[in-house]
Amino acid sequence: MASVRRPEHQAPPEIFYNETEARKYTSNTRMIEIQLKMTERAVELLTLPEDTPCMILDLGCGSGLSGETLTEHGHNWVGLDISSSMLSVALEREVEGDLMLGDMGQGLSFRPGMFDGAVSISALQWLCNADKKSHVPAKRMFKFFSTLYSCLARGGRAAFQFYPENSQQVELITQQALKAGFTGGVVVDYPNSSKAKKVFLVLFVGGQQQLPRGLGTAPGEKGVPGHVQYTDVRQRIKAARGKPLKKSRDWILEKKERRRRQGKEVRPDSKYTGRKRKDKF
Amino acid sequence: MKLLTHNMLTSKFMKGVVKGYPLGIVASEVKEVAVDYNPDFVCRMIPKLEWGSLCSAADSIGKLGDLPKELPENIESNQDFLKKVHHLLMEVEVISGNLICPETGRKFPINNGIPNMLLNEDEV
Repeated sequence: MASVRRPEHQAPPEIFYNETEARKYTSNTRMIEIQLKMTERAVELLTLPEDTPCMILDLGCGSGLSGETLTEHGHNWVGLDISSSMLSVALEREVEGDLMLGDMGQGLSFRPGMFDGAVSISALQWLCNADKKSHVPAKRMFKFFSTLYSCLARGGRAAFQFYPENSQQVELITQQALKAGFTGGVVVDYPNSSKAKKVFLVLFVGGQQQLPRGLGTAPGEKGVPGHVQYTDVRQRIKAARGKPLKKSRDWILEKKERRRRQGKEVRPDSKYTGRKRKDKF
Repeated sequence: MKLLTHNMLTSKFMKGVVKGYPLGIVASEVKEVAVDYNPDFVCRMIPKLEWGSLCSAADSIGKLGDLPKELPENIESNQDFLKKVHHLLMEVEVISGNLICPETGRKFPINNGIPNMLLNEDEV
């Protein structure tokens, strides 16, 4: 990710998500797969009651990929997005939920207590940017979180997957959310994997609840399923061993090996390699 | 836009609006789509609805039918009534028209069934 410029640095969301970008969300299977996985996890974090059809708010619903997961779980949803191109893709896909064009930072326009939960996939980081002269990120975030707080029912939860650029952003977001009355915090899945690492903000309405544990952080739990484990282990063993003592046999062998790799002429290893010479010599 | 969503929408997020509810509907195109009937969901939603504003919204687009203006009792067992409410909430869609803020008269246009709730900078 580091080499690619972050989308929110390129243009405001309503301009960045134009028709070409929106098209990717129907044609690029890798993008679709990642989005679906993250939505599944977000729905899991909501811990909605089983077998009860709930009313869910999807913030930054885009082309309705996340909404389809909600529909599969038997919930009804209303989606909000700022990009009309993304919403037209959602219309084409004939998603079940109701769609709305709106800006999260201007506040949500719903009656209090209407939703049982809210999900948001890869949208929250956009609020950290000031795309217009009048935008103050902290203010917009507070307006967003306080209106969200009021439109969620008591006992409701909100799960946001987002890509924070740095730790200050995480701090800013959680600070504004807690100021708006939410409890909760950040859950990180697979914190040791650069690829599978996902950051979720889980917020509760009313009452302190136990924050769920991120995947891959429980003791005894090993890494990402389907990913190779070894790189980490190999490094650790090497670090524990350290470099061999100078002038020792190991050090000489390693040096010879290194020079052999460099293509230099090196005498073959034998049982005499690294031995002290006799005194009389 | 479904009438269920309309029932939840306000214009309170605008500057200077106190209640902003209910939003008026001026519809130029209304469509009916088929949605799976889920009695549990309808039962769960009815207590949360503003029944009066649902009736007036349905009336303004000419879809009220024979629904009572007052919410009847024992709704859980009244399948006929639940089906009618389901039809009204989920299956009637406003495709194009305007939502109107009751206090400022600000119009929120609906295109392709998507209401545009974006505000200008001076309205935030």
